[in-house]
Amino acid sequence: MRTSEELLKITDLHTGFRIGDNYFDAVDGVSLTLRKNEILAIVGESGCGKSTLATSIIGLHDHNKTRVQGEILFKNKNLARMTEGDFNEIRGLEIGMIFQDPLSALNPLMRIGEQIEEGLIYHTDLTKNKRRERVLELLNQVGIPNAERVARQFPHQLSGGMRQRVIIAIAISCKPQIIIADEPTTALDVTIQAQILDLLIDLQKETGAGIILITHDLGVVAEVADRVAVMYAGQIIELAPVEELFANPKHPYTRSLFNSIPQMNSGNEKLNVIEGIVPSLMKLPRQGCRFAPRISWVPESAHEAEPTLHELSEGHFVRCSCHNHFYFKGEKEDIHHELYANK
Amino acid sequence: MSFMQINDLKVHYPIRGGFFNRVIDHVYAVDGITMEIERGKAYGLVGESGCGKSTTGKSIIGLEKITSGTIVYEGENVTNRRRDRNSSYNRDIQMIFQDSHSSMNPRKRVQDILAEPIRNFLSLTPQEESKKISELLEIVGMPEDAKVKYPHEFSGGQKQRLGIARAIATNPKLIIADEPVSALDLSVQAQVLNFMKDIQNEYGLSYLFISHDLGVVKHMCDYINIMYKGRFVETGTKQEIYSDPQHIYTKRLLSAIPDVTPVGREERKRERIEVERNYQQEHAQYFDENGRVFDLVTLTDTHLVAASASGLQVKEGI
Repeated sequence: MRTSEELLKITDLHTGFRIGDNYFDAVDGVSLTLRKNEILAIVGESGCGKSTLATSIIGLHDHNKTRVQGEILFKNKNLARMTEGDFNEIRGLEIGMIFQDPLSALNPLMRIGEQIEEGLIYHTDLTKNKRRERVLELLNQVGIPNAERVARQFPHQLSGGMRQRVIIAIAISCKPQIIIADEPTTALDVTIQAQILDLLIDLQKETGAGIILITHDLGVVAEVADRVAVMYAGQIIELAPVEELFANPKHPYTRSLFNSIPQMNSGNEKLNVIEGIVPSLMKLPRQGCRFAPRISWVPESAHEAEPTLHELSEGHFVRCSCHNHFYFKGEKEDIHHELYANK
Repeated sequence: MSFMQINDLKVHYPIRGGFFNRVIDHVYAVDGITMEIERGKAYGLVGESGCGKSTTGKSIIGLEKITSGTIVYEGENVTNRRRDRNSSYNRDIQMIFQDSHSSMNPRKRVQDILAEPIRNFLSLTPQEESKKISELLEIVGMPEDAKVKYPHEFSGGQKQRLGIARAIATNPKLIIADEPVSALDLSVQAQVLNFMKDIQNEYGLSYLFISHDLGVVKHMCDYINIMYKGRFVETGTKQEIYSDPQHIYTKRLLSAIPDVTPVGREERKRERIEVERNYQQEHAQYFDENGRVFDLVTLTDTHLVAASASGLQVKEGI
């Protein structure tokens, strides 16, 4: 999987929103690659910039209020420099998107069949009959029983899980090479979530597409992802293959997150709490380690002045060197000894 | 000893239609629930959306009209007096809502929001009231100056803590928490859950914890009730439900929860498909011809499962 070809290459992407006269970068220097046949998960808490990153790739921002700088290379084209017209050629055909809330992503006044057909009309020159066939084929592919009847129904007549399947059918209708899934299961029940995730994996195996999966649920990541990027305050702070990240998380933020999950097999011990709150976009510290204020007990000297990503093992990147000196509050004593012993 | 017994609680909504807008059918939102609540224990109510778990919570506190069934509180039948100002029931049972933002009046300052239950139920002088509010804020770890702020000035986690402060203002015995952490981020969720546990230990509170997140419920609760279509399909202690699930619906729910480790995920997927197949096949053993869940059958003192007589025999035979 390591060697397969690169589909999308993002280099030093900055996406800023205009507030007053200034632009504030919500995505602040992100570099990523998406390979063929892989599910890349982007994890982080709300406000860390993960959705902004996704919408930058497919150009869904209001151009008057946002500024996209950097390079998003896809088939030798820089998506960050594209116009709306160019994007329309790509959206749906080469990059598909799955949204969080299936009800608001569907048009309430159009029949399901027509909505799936829309992309086909725009991007292919299939005849009407061929398109209808394709619509039914897609509905079957995403596991909707009674495809013919569902194609004639309206969104409100379907359950949440079925609607999300329709959204997935729309996203894959033109066999895109990249699928961006923005919290595809957050609005669904666990049993439906499991079904939708299984469906995504199966479709990915069939089509060989690259999927960018955006989520805040580490359980979902563990279940489907191949590689994981953890984001905090607009930056990627850790990037690793999924087994490596879960077995061996390095960055203080990643480790803190893992410790605050109520575990299925744990007892009644206390959950870890991360001090402070995620800083708002305008108050974001633009210099130094962005996580430093939330681990105030770690000495300042542990952080780098200009934190960069370091490759610890193959494919495992961590930002800043503070992970070497990080310990949870409470385990202070033993670690302190170790630190002094090393010195 | 339990201080509250809920017997065969039912909430049915009429569906109107036809000539003269007559009642033509009912939605059986809650359809016969029996449970007891003990002091200092936490009870989980788990199910998918639309299974009636929120309706159960609301009907217990009195925000929903009960169709039939009784609620006995400290030996007294309070079924029809739940919102009675003078009853101790109203004071002793409090609720925390999922969306803390919309459960607070945006035009009121925090001190007025927190004062509301105090003014309703405790007769304090203004000085005492002010002191009490400061105490409450201290308990939930908020600064004194929060008093004169408005709800929108706080973050999600802080607002949820204010919601908790309001709920504990009258020293309640039972707090009904309806998805209190579903809208919160992981680290904030941890903060609120820790805090709820702390005050439980300190004041001997009972919780009725309504959630769809089995991880959270497992962390918080001693007893768990699994709910489906307005009825309990399985109730038991945390260990019984998680390590020895009996009902096929419980198994299905448990198998659907993502595990926080990528190791063995292929295996889990196979298992999920297996359980799903069983769910389709053995449907008749667990649900009657109308799709209604059978009555609960006692397995052990605490572990009850809904099954038909024949379904139970099959299980015992194994």
